[in-house]
Amino acid sequence: MDWLFFGEISLAGLAMGGLYGLIGLGFVIIYKATRVINFAIGEIMMFAAYLFLAFAGGMEMSPWVALPLAVLGGSVLGGVIEKVMIRPMLGESSISVVMVTIGLASILVGLVELGWGADPQLLPEFLPRKPVFLGELYLAPKIAYGFLIGATLLLVYLLYFRFSRGGVALRATASDQAAAYSMGINVRRVFNLAWVFGSLAASLAGVLVAATGGLSPQFGAVGLSVLVVVIVGGLDSILGALIAGLFIGWLETVAGAYLGGQYRMPATFAVLAVILVLRPYGLFGTHEIERV
Amino acid sequence: MEALLEIDNIEVVYNKAVQVLRGLSLRVPAGAIVALLGSNGAGKSTTLKSVSGLLALEDGAVTAGDIRFKSRSMKGAAPEKLVRDGLFHVMEGRRVFEDLTVEENLIAATYALSGRPQTFRDSYELVYTYFPRLKERRKQLAGYLSGGEQQMLALGRALIARPELIMLDEPSLGLAPLLVEEIFTIIARINREQGTAILLVEQNAAVSLAIASYGYIMENGKIVIDGPAEQLTANEDVQEFYLGVGGQEGEARSYRDIKHYKRRKRWLS
Ligand SMILES: Nc1ncnc2c1ncn2[C@@H]1O[C@H](COP(=O)(O)OP(=O)(O)OP(=O)(O)O)[C@@H](O)[C@H]1O
Ligand SMILES: [Mg+2]
Repeated sequence: MDWLFFGEISLAGLAMGGLYGLIGLGFVIIYKATRVINFAIGEIMMFAAYLFLAFAGGMEMSPWVALPLAVLGGSVLGGVIEKVMIRPMLGESSISVVMVTIGLASILVGLVELGWGADPQLLPEFLPRKPVFLGELYLAPKIAYGFLIGATLLLVYLLYFRFSRGGVALRATASDQAAAYSMGINVRRVFNLAWVFGSLAASLAGVLVAATGGLSPQFGAVGLSVLVVVIVGGLDSILGALIAGLFIGWLETVAGAYLGGQYRMPATFAVLAVILVLRPYGLFGTHEIERV
Repeated sequence: MEALLEIDNIEVVYNKAVQVLRGLSLRVPAGAIVALLGSNGAGKSTTLKSVSGLLALEDGAVTAGDIRFKSRSMKGAAPEKLVRDGLFHVMEGRRVFEDLTVEENLIAATYALSGRPQTFRDSYELVYTYFPRLKERRKQLAGYLSGGEQQMLALGRALIARPELIMLDEPSLGLAPLLVEEIFTIIARINREQGTAILLVEQNAAVSLAIASYGYIMENGKIVIDGPAEQLTANEDVQEFYLGVGGQEGEARSYRDIKHYKRRKRWLS
């Protein structure tokens, strides 16, 4: 066995997994606060990545201006979705809300195809190109810097939730909605912010992932891997999403490298099945989850 | 003069089908402790939820009558607006945020002060003077507190909000008699020292009437008897039905626990 190769593959996988963790975090924020399973998270990522393409490619902005703008666009999209599509569904069964997010996903795919066509596209290069070495291990610079940027946002989120007053409001709402209302917390506003924050995380990750592997209207399928991540981690566990993200990213990459690309997804789903048999609520999940 | 809270002949229906309140009226004067008593399922909690606006979250609605707080009609106002206006509802079963620390629970309650001048710091110290035990435990998760401490935390959150009226839903629920006495003494103290009016919902009629100045007894969604506390305590029917030694207390408790569990589940899904 070539340990150097294994090390490099593992490193790349973990870096990729960090971005999965970030997307998973976006998903978990929305789920924890609002109990909505957002099947459109992958398409929100895709939408932000296309925005980046439009700003940095078509409109020739500096990528470092285009990146925040695209992320902002994705966040606003999340906020608008909550307001016009999800809020009116309040009180409906969770299965109908899930159907709405699935429908939303196809609408976004359709819109993107209308605007940019169905062909795969490459994002303009914007991350430093200098090779990155950790000890002897080489890591592709796009992946390394993508991971760094993603990890920074992740850290900011974790600190915000843990220590800020807004973080308390969010966790209080997640813990007991009615009680949160009775404290004077504007729960509807928290719902909206959860969608904005969740979409922001997904949008940033979307641009970074697309920067390494290219972009097409099918890009949202990454969301499927993320769904596996959050199910493995436990839908309502932020820590779970991070750890599961790293693990699934690593597993996919290693399975792809040693068994061939066609085994990436099967390997992941096999692990998913095993974990769900052993721990139905995921590795770190706490609450009972309604099966949908 | 108009009382602080006036409930006028309200009717409440859940799920557009089940009528629970049938023309209920009561009033709470500023600065007073008023007890609302009644057995399981009488509609006491529903009354409080109608006032605080939490009813809408359970698909309930006030279909007739009016509710006025500080002389303004509050029917249909958003719950967080009412809290910020000085009306605090301590829900049945305490409902502390279990995975937040004691301190964070209190921070959550500072949202009630949005748009009001008070500084947050003062309020924390105020809570800790009434409940020194909470100060010792302030870094602990609320889920690990004892039942009595959780009730203290629920009252502490109310204090943070600096309300004019606190509605307490069964503060004695599941507490040992000695602790009930301690909690009720503090409730009376808060009323006296802070001038906060209190609408006290209870099944434990004896302790409630001991600290209240006025009492209402409800059955089946209506008030059946009301009067000054001493008068109710002396009333023969009240003595027989509400102050007598309850032989089936234990049974009632467990039935209620089952109901709670179900209601919580409804919330989560
Ligand atoms: N969310 C709801 N949906 C439908 N019916 C409800 C709901 N909440 C309460 N009820 C019904 O309304 C009636 C009154 O309930 P409520 O909780 O107000 O009684 P209570 O006097 O507080 O009783 P307890 O002492 O047991 O707390 C009961 O018959 C109950 O089943
Ligand atoms: Mg009740």
